[in-house]
Amino acid sequence: MDVALAPQAVRVPERSVRHDLRAVKIVLHRELIWFWRDRMRLVANLLQPLLWLLVMGTGLSTLMTSGPGPAGEVDLKTFIFPGVCATSVMFTAMFSAGSIVWDREFGFLREMLVAPVSRTAIVVGKCLGGSVVATVQSVLILALAGLVGVPYDPVLLAELLGLMFLTAFSLTAFGLLLAARITSVHSFFGIMQVGIMPLMFLSGALYPLNGLPAWLSVLTRFNPLTYAVDPLRHAVFSHLDVSPELRRVFDPGVTWNGWLVPVWLEVVLIVLIGVVLMTGAIVQFRRGD
Amino acid sequence: MPSGESAVEVDGLVKRFGDVEAVRGIEFAVRPGEIFGFLGPNGAGKSTTINMLCTLLRPTAGTARVAGFDVVAERDQVRRNIGLVFQDPTLDGYLSGEQNLRFHAELYGVPRAAARERMRQVLEMVGLWDRRGDLAQTYSGGMKRRLEIARGLLHSPRVLFLDEPTVGLDPQTRSSIWDYIRRLRDAEQITIFLTTHYMDEAEYCDRIAIMDAGRIVALDTPEALKAGVGKDRVQIHTDDDGAAITALKERFDVEAVVAEGAVTFAVAAGEEFVPRLFAELGVPIRSVSVSRPSLDDVFMSFTGKTIRDAEASGADWMRLVARGRR
Repeated sequence: MDVALAPQAVRVPERSVRHDLRAVKIVLHRELIWFWRDRMRLVANLLQPLLWLLVMGTGLSTLMTSGPGPAGEVDLKTFIFPGVCATSVMFTAMFSAGSIVWDREFGFLREMLVAPVSRTAIVVGKCLGGSVVATVQSVLILALAGLVGVPYDPVLLAELLGLMFLTAFSLTAFGLLLAARITSVHSFFGIMQVGIMPLMFLSGALYPLNGLPAWLSVLTRFNPLTYAVDPLRHAVFSHLDVSPELRRVFDPGVTWNGWLVPVWLEVVLIVLIGVVLMTGAIVQFRRGD
Repeated sequence: MPSGESAVEVDGLVKRFGDVEAVRGIEFAVRPGEIFGFLGPNGAGKSTTINMLCTLLRPTAGTARVAGFDVVAERDQVRRNIGLVFQDPTLDGYLSGEQNLRFHAELYGVPRAAARERMRQVLEMVGLWDRRGDLAQTYSGGMKRRLEIARGLLHSPRVLFLDEPTVGLDPQTRSSIWDYIRRLRDAEQITIFLTTHYMDEAEYCDRIAIMDAGRIVALDTPEALKAGVGKDRVQIHTDDDGAAITALKERFDVEAVVAEGAVTFAVAAGEEFVPRLFAELGVPIRSVSVSRPSLDDVFMSFTGKTIRDAEASGADWMRLVARGRR
């Protein structure tokens, strides 16, 4: 085969914000390509929420409705739906963050690290990539809303998606911070498994946070996921037709020493935590420079 | 890079990992348009040096300029002007060949309009245009390496670094990779800096630097290096190798060993030595061959060991070095 005699040389421009934005975009784009290619993962990630909602939710709700009390009118499946949403976002986001460990183990990270772009652009791209992937996955979970008595209200769905995007952002940042120091995919997923379960169980995803023993109550307040689950649940219950008493039982909000934390503050907290964790991840990746 | 300036210029470069001095003060210059080879056993400090030149490792001491830019102070300028093909693969197997290149073009900020045409050029150059849509993980070892070379060239670097470009490939693929490398130099007028521990490949370079235990022990064209050895390699087949070796030692004061099934030794002006050998050895000789020194002999004459021996003894040390780099 013939080699072009006068190859056309291309010019690599000086580093600029625009160049960094292109880098962010292509790193994000790659996450989406991976997500799309790996449809097994998509299915597997959907299976878990289905299991929680339809199997565990149904199983436990028979227990609840058979007893007396206010539980009768609110389906347990409806109650745990926001929690299941948050949990599924957590899994997807952490998986996405894990891709950077994969990149390191299989060499692709080097290709990124020797490019004339800032490490910040790469970490931000990864972070947004994880968030977008988790949000896309969330759309599929939201499609189940009707099955568990959550109305398909466009405002509600938009609210939930927005909240899940922010949650995914923070959790991806958390995953990246973990991943910065870990060199093997195996240990990353090992550590992730150990970390995810307590986060989930201490977040109010599966039970209301009022009336807990003091030790458990304190632990849940220190769990960032708590502040992701609560706004989701608040949004769902705002669109349900339930009595104030039931609402107080199932959607009590999060209190700090008796003070009810407003939803906006919870959202600010989530974003703040995300930004702090992402900054931490950026610092970690820059240190290797 | 103003004309006449070196493509790579290294002065007093040192890299220490804790107590281990992987690179112990080296200096050399690579001319623009040259194919420059770093030859040495594994663990000699070749990869450490290349990593410093590529801005992946910070030198402990000394300076290095690549394409006219300082590797520490002007890191981004250096990165913009170099292409890299690493020893270990750095492709994303879940992306197609073309997607791997597009990722690279975006990351390097290559203008989109130009990138498309350039991608086609480099893919055609390495013969992968027809396979561009296939996932990189379906490529053979040689194809992957070629894709990496294409990717390294995509942003029109002035210097292309190839770290052991043919390691782990079969001989046929190795020679085709070399075909591409030489063609490339002619087509792109770029400087190629590579490391290898294959002697036969070093022959393809315009100049080679022999590196051993963190130092450059020789630097010249392959021809000049071989001429500098001054001795030819003589191999004889005899009926009694043991007696022949003893006789060589006693009558000619020549040290000989059995290598490749023949009694092997080095003497100056080998062809003139052969008649004396027949007359005076006293052991029947069945056949004789005289060959000019190879790069193996060059390596031996500078380091006192063959490259294989050097790799064996350097293994522990190499492990220490490897721990410090990633």
